[in-house]
Amino acid sequence: MPRERAYIEAINEAIVEEMQRDPSVVFYGQNIALTDEDPMVKAFGRQRVRVTPISETAEMGMAVGAALVGLRPVVELLMTDFMLVGLDQVLNEAARMRFKSGGQVAMPIVFKAGYGFAAGWSVQHTNCWYSLFLGAPGLKVVAPSTAADAKGLMKAAIRDDNPVVYLHHYLLTLVPGEVPDDDHVVPIGLADVKRAGDDVTIVATGWMVQHALTAAQQLAGEGIQAEVVDPRTLAPLDTATILRSVEKTGRVVLVDQAPRHASVAALIAAEIAEAGFRALKAPPRLVTALDYPVPYSKPLEEHVLPSVEKIVQAVRGVLAA
Amino acid sequence: MEPLPYPDRDRLLWMYRQMVRVREFEDRVKRTFHEHPGMIRGHTHLGDGAEATIVGALAALRPDDYVLATYRCHGYLLTLGTPPAQMMAEIYGKATGLCKGLGGSMHLADPTRGFLGTSGIVAQGIPHATGAAFGIQVRGTDQVVLCFFGDGATKQGAFHESLNVASLWKLPIVYVLENNRYQAYTRVEMEDANAAAGEPLAVKARAYSMPGLTVDGTDPIRVWQEVSTAVARARRGEGPTLIEATFYRLSAHGNIIVPPPVPLHFEEHEAITVYKDPAEYEAARQWEPIPRFRALLRELGVAVEDELRDVEEAARAEMEDAVRFALESPWPEAQALECLYA
Repeated sequence: MPRERAYIEAINEAIVEEMQRDPSVVFYGQNIALTDEDPMVKAFGRQRVRVTPISETAEMGMAVGAALVGLRPVVELLMTDFMLVGLDQVLNEAARMRFKSGGQVAMPIVFKAGYGFAAGWSVQHTNCWYSLFLGAPGLKVVAPSTAADAKGLMKAAIRDDNPVVYLHHYLLTLVPGEVPDDDHVVPIGLADVKRAGDDVTIVATGWMVQHALTAAQQLAGEGIQAEVVDPRTLAPLDTATILRSVEKTGRVVLVDQAPRHASVAALIAAEIAEAGFRALKAPPRLVTALDYPVPYSKPLEEHVLPSVEKIVQAVRGVLAA
Repeated sequence: MEPLPYPDRDRLLWMYRQMVRVREFEDRVKRTFHEHPGMIRGHTHLGDGAEATIVGALAALRPDDYVLATYRCHGYLLTLGTPPAQMMAEIYGKATGLCKGLGGSMHLADPTRGFLGTSGIVAQGIPHATGAAFGIQVRGTDQVVLCFFGDGATKQGAFHESLNVASLWKLPIVYVLENNRYQAYTRVEMEDANAAAGEPLAVKARAYSMPGLTVDGTDPIRVWQEVSTAVARARRGEGPTLIEATFYRLSAHGNIIVPPPVPLHFEEHEAITVYKDPAEYEAARQWEPIPRFRALLRELGVAVEDELRDVEEAARAEMEDAVRFALESPWPEAQALECLYA
């Protein structure tokens, strides 16, 4: 029987189950495992669960070394914004280590970080930096939008022999969802149709999937059936599933919390333009953050970010075109 | 503390053989720029002058220990037993290269011999080595990691963050700081507060509550002794040590950095080209590790002239074969790229 649990609980459950399954999995990061009463410490001991100093370069770089000698580190980095401090270790070390060795080594690392905390966290803690990671072949990037995907993708990420940037959306942290009880693994590189529809395709990631589903519900009241596709994995991108939907509907709106020119939406639009042009009945429409840093004040924050209303309007726009 | 053993005859001869092989290999790489122009691309860095530190330090290891180093990496692999033919083929970008031609000179890796790899970005391999030591600790074995880096790296956050964690967690690692007096083209006293104050760089260890010491990096026996002590300490679970080995880099930082079609080559050392101080360079040459060690072996009666000459001739023949193998090897096919993901 599937049970309902919060997104964050599903993530933690995946880590615990994988640590039980495989003694080479270790978990460390800042401000975790602080007392002996910590459930992870109790279950796995202080060798495998560790609190680190605020040293992102060391935290991420040590994962590379630990992976080289056979561990499978899961690094808790809290926020992708903090990863920027030591980004060389992700983009130019972890992502390159196997390739430059001619395939001699594996890099089973999970860089786990939250993103997109658009709740008044202002300019430095709200960013959606995923396009940075997409520029480093060798990395895989996942961004689950539901509790079930959060658990299944964490399990897949830990079992993967490549470095995986696991992005959890802060505003989904407490959102409940049904999670299958068995060993639930979501394959990396597989998109998911979150809602079926024939009139228009909405491609959305992370928190924006909820927005897209809410918009789809509103549009259904107007007789418009929107299909919502969640790529779930940003690298490698499942363009086949997206193209299949666009071929069916002929119209597409791409929703992304990142600023337009650093969005996955722009990338997917290019893929659709190249491979699905003949199926299109209207130009694709992007609903992204405006090209500003995310401001502090609530009305300004809302102005900059995509919203249900902006998605609904964009859908009406592509249907009218 | 146990008295330090003196290396036996076999180990002394092994050290000499490795030092000569490293020098001969680096000479062949350097000669390639005019003997086979265009064959070596990008940026290549040589370890001539570092032979005593490389060989002395690695002589302190067990075969199951790990080594990580920098883009100036040829000498460690040669000493650990990587076939020079595969190394030269990699530097020439050939399919038979150690890393299938994907890495080149800066990125040699041979995990089968404990050499886990390098970073081409200054200091960024130090956390990798520290993480390998973390892995050893989690697995509960008594292996040790040797982590090599230069004086310039000690101004990077990666160095400081790593030493802090290693000392905090008592990780089984020995940091070998190769102070060759120049950070690329900049003299160490121009960019290091300790050096500017006339102090050794090893004092940085104090900030992380770990032992720090300075050793003459042109004397393989002293290096071997100090690294052996630090390795034994790490193996006992007592934590890391920072060893500063001082020597003088005898080649320029790397080949010249120019865009094609300008042919690449090595210029004179920066002491001459930048600082117009040939006297400094000549003084360093008088203190070269290999002739001094050779004289010592003769003096101690470890080897006679013929034996030493055999070692040198064998190294020349070995590296000649390596160059021929690299030249005759095929170029890689695009299929080599498919190893990107495991």
